Amino acid sequence: MADVTEDAIDDVIDDAVPPAEVPDVELPHAHSWITKYVFCQDAKVIAVQYSMTAMAIGLVALVLSWLMRLQLGFPDSLSVINAEQYYQYITMHGMIMVIYLLTALFLGGFGNYLIPLMVGARDMVFPWVNMLSYWVYLLAVLILVASFFVPGGATGAGWTLYPPQAILSGTPGSGWGIILMLVSLIVFIIGFTMGGLNYVVTVLQARARGMTLMRMPLTIWGIFTASVLALLAFPALFVGAVMMLFDHLLGTSFFMPAIVNMGQQLSHDGGSPILFQHLFWFFGHPEVYIVALPAFGIVSDLIATHARRNIFGYRMMVWAIVIIGGLSFIVWAHHMYVSGMDPAFGFFFAVTTLIIAVPTALKVYNWVLTLWRGDIHFTVPMLFALGFIVTFVNGGMTGLFLGNAVVDVPLSDTMFVVAHFHMVMGVAPILVIFGAIYHWYPKITGRMLNNALGKFHFWVTFVGSYAIFLPLHYLGLMGVPRRYFEIGDMSVVPPSAATLNEVVSIIAFVVGFAQMVFLFNLVWSLRKGEPAGSNPWRATTLEWQTPQTPPGHGNWGKELPVVHRWAYDYSVPGAAEDYLPQNLPPSRVRAAAE
Amino acid sequence: MSGASRWVFGGGLALSGLAGLYLASRSGEGTLYWTGLVLFGASVFLIFNLIGGAFDKAEGRPPESYRLVGYALVAVAVGTVVFHVLSPWWWAPIASNWHYIDITIDLTFWITGVAFVIILGFMAYCVFRFRHREGRRAEYEPESTKLEGILTVVTALAVAAMLAPGLFFWNQFIDVPEDAVEVEVVGQQWSWSYRLPGADGRLGTADTRRISPDNPLGLNPDDPDGQDDIIINGGPLHLQVDTPVKMLLRSVDVLHNFYVPEFRAKMDMVPGMVTQLWFTPTRTGTFQALCAELCGTYHAYMRGEVVVQEEGDYQAWLDDQRTFARLAAAEAP
Ligand code: HEM
Ligand SMILES: [Cu+2]
Ligand SMILES: [Cu+2]
Repeated sequence: MADVTEDAIDDVIDDAVPPAEVPDVELPHAHSWITKYVFCQDAKVIAVQYSMTAMAIGLVALVLSWLMRLQLGFPDSLSVINAEQYYQYITMHGMIMVIYLLTALFLGGFGNYLIPLMVGARDMVFPWVNMLSYWVYLLAVLILVASFFVPGGATGAGWTLYPPQAILSGTPGSGWGIILMLVSLIVFIIGFTMGGLNYVVTVLQARARGMTLMRMPLTIWGIFTASVLALLAFPALFVGAVMMLFDHLLGTSFFMPAIVNMGQQLSHDGGSPILFQHLFWFFGHPEVYIVALPAFGIVSDLIATHARRNIFGYRMMVWAIVIIGGLSFIVWAHHMYVSGMDPAFGFFFAVTTLIIAVPTALKVYNWVLTLWRGDIHFTVPMLFALGFIVTFVNGGMTGLFLGNAVVDVPLSDTMFVVAHFHMVMGVAPILVIFGAIYHWYPKITGRMLNNALGKFHFWVTFVGSYAIFLPLHYLGLMGVPRRYFEIGDMSVVPPSAATLNEVVSIIAFVVGFAQMVFLFNLVWSLRKGEPAGSNPWRATTLEWQTPQTPPGHGNWGKELPVVHRWAYDYSVPGAAEDYLPQNLPPSRVRAAAE
Repeated sequence: MSGASRWVFGGGLALSGLAGLYLASRSGEGTLYWTGLVLFGASVFLIFNLIGGAFDKAEGRPPESYRLVGYALVAVAVGTVVFHVLSPWWWAPIASNWHYIDITIDLTFWITGVAFVIILGFMAYCVFRFRHREGRRAEYEPESTKLEGILTVVTALAVAAMLAPGLFFWNQFIDVPEDAVEVEVVGQQWSWSYRLPGADGRLGTADTRRISPDNPLGLNPDDPDGQDDIIINGGPLHLQVDTPVKMLLRSVDVLHNFYVPEFRAKMDMVPGMVTQLWFTPTRTGTFQALCAELCGTYHAYMRGEVVVQEEGDYQAWLDDQRTFARLAAAEAP
């Protein structure tokens, strides 16, 4: 023992981590092209499959928004759709954006790619079920798309699918359209549950040695909490969808009271339309956070990395995510202040809703406080992160209007609501998705996305979306209801609103065009992008420390990583570099500093 | 950006700025005016940024987008406020007792507006002050319990300042005065009907199951209260000014929502149940009623009319209306 110095002993002590609790695993290995790229059990490939499918269907939703904006902007000259199509398109646009794009992309896409890499696992814990999850999702998407082509077309019930209207003949697509929509949702939920179990169990069970929960990057906290919410919330939608199918196909009356439809007495009786609304929003409100929490987490990491500063108030950020997630289950009826439910509920739900604003505001403060005294690099991901803060703060502020029961009375079901939710759960999370793609594309492909195109994409998308949705609030304040095929002759609306609608539509086309530039960038950079190296952003989290880029099957080579610190050691005083990877042993930090 | 493209880009901006000025001066008012001004402002802004970038280049500083980002943050904050103040699109003057709602909305605009500007302003400050420069390092400060504590308290107070009046007025909104006159509104795809209680001041019972071509609102023919009920099918609803109204809302088929923007109040109509809503019309005139809950293909065309009158005019109109009993008699063979 004579040659062991004091220092070396210190090193051993400092570098010590808890023993492994979970043994390393043997992964299924792909033997053919099909099992490697198609029926693949590697979460990274599944992530790419999820993302590409989600973006493809998202593109459909984007095109639908153009057709809608053509109608709203130029009702007399350029409209190519009629009222029935308008309602079919808003319904499909809304449902696709919320469920099939945002939920699938955040959880199925980013969740699959990032969870194993960021917690230091080889893969998801149930790779086969994970693969199945994607294929079931794809099936759900195909069923959804099929509903455009069935007799009567897609459902036009609005993305909220409220009965009785959703299944009665005054609504377009009330035959096959709504049935396929409900079936597609049911299939989606089955697929999601397979994936969601994986995300949750992997985070809980497969973290690397030393990766305590309070050392996890906020991205993982966001995705993890969102997955738990989804597992608890989707069943409510599932039940609602099944019951509505029964009402429609078997003539039951879960949601159907006595009704005279177009002069005909229907045989339904005794059901409650409001019951469906409770089920829908018991799912629907948490759904907002299923989309928002991963965005919160990811944007925290983008800001910390590109401002070279630890995320401010990490513990508060974690607790805020968890508390928001919990509270999101007791605010749902703020969507129902004017639904006819017992108005006394309004007191309770207004209070819970405004309480949820407090942890949400704290998150915003901590993002901007991370910029404060930071070393801000204006990379494309950082630009998108800043854009997110702006649109999210704007949308959050209008949430304080709609959550406050009495203020919601005039604004509910108007364009104000449309503007609010587009800002807060449309534009804001989409900006995070873009930022995240610019951030992680180099890890996924080994190449950087083109910077100039990225900046163009950012400016047009951010400024454009803001300019689209800001003025719509004012249409709502005047009283223009949402889901109006045309404003027509409305006494409270001056003629200048028509010009406003034209301008908004034109901007919507420009913003849509910028997305094509983004898609081009994705494809072009695959071959022509600058080689990225393994850690182009000099980031601390584990996914940037893989032995290969893109990471190989099993992620980590022979040895699993060992984690020595939290995810935010940026600009640590005394350290040689301005970032300390999570798996860098303290002894090496000391050696480098000396 | 290369020198040549800087010129091309700058020239384009100059042109669009001029076009904006031209547009604004030609229209002189309305949306085009504002569009022109915004175009002009945006062009000037970008030209400045271009010049700033050229200086950066001349002085050998690395081109960074921080300046554009900082300006953009300020522009979004200022632009949002300016748009809010100058926008010609604002709610129609109120015609009911719910000015409390307007007040609470105004209060919320103030609080959220101030917070919005402060947050964006602070971001802009950080962008300029803490942008990356050669050799700069961020400060290492994981958290500050004190700062987070203060922010929590301030936020909670601001939220309470909006919530308290909100709950107070919600209580009034759902608390129907005893002396309110009952009026029934019935929605069906895609029109409104109304029923007034008649001389006895009471509405008779009704049921969707009784609806037939002769009895479009499904009144109970055996209910004495219903005989003198006044039924208005198709025409406008008249109300007496300064008299509290309790609207009983009913739908025979799908969800609808009776919404008169000037009254500020709205409520869904749900088949299978009766919902309600109260207000006092405070101004005479004719107001448009809109359907504010998606109810099928012709949702946007489901319009109605409410005429608010002084007592004398109202009585004169009322005397012309037909009761359920008379309607039933007229339709009997
Ligand atoms: C530039 C992009 C977008 C444009 C131009 C756009 C446009 C529109 C329009 C015109 C409507 C119908 C409004 C109405 O008549 O009530 C609508 C509805 C909707 N949009 Fe978007 N949208 C965009 C992006 C998004 C995104 C990213 C989301 C993701 C959350 C989203 C979610 C929805 C939802 C949930 C509805 C409601 C559908 C319904 O009323 O049933 N949209 N959008
Ligand atoms: Cu909600
Ligand atoms: Cu309607």
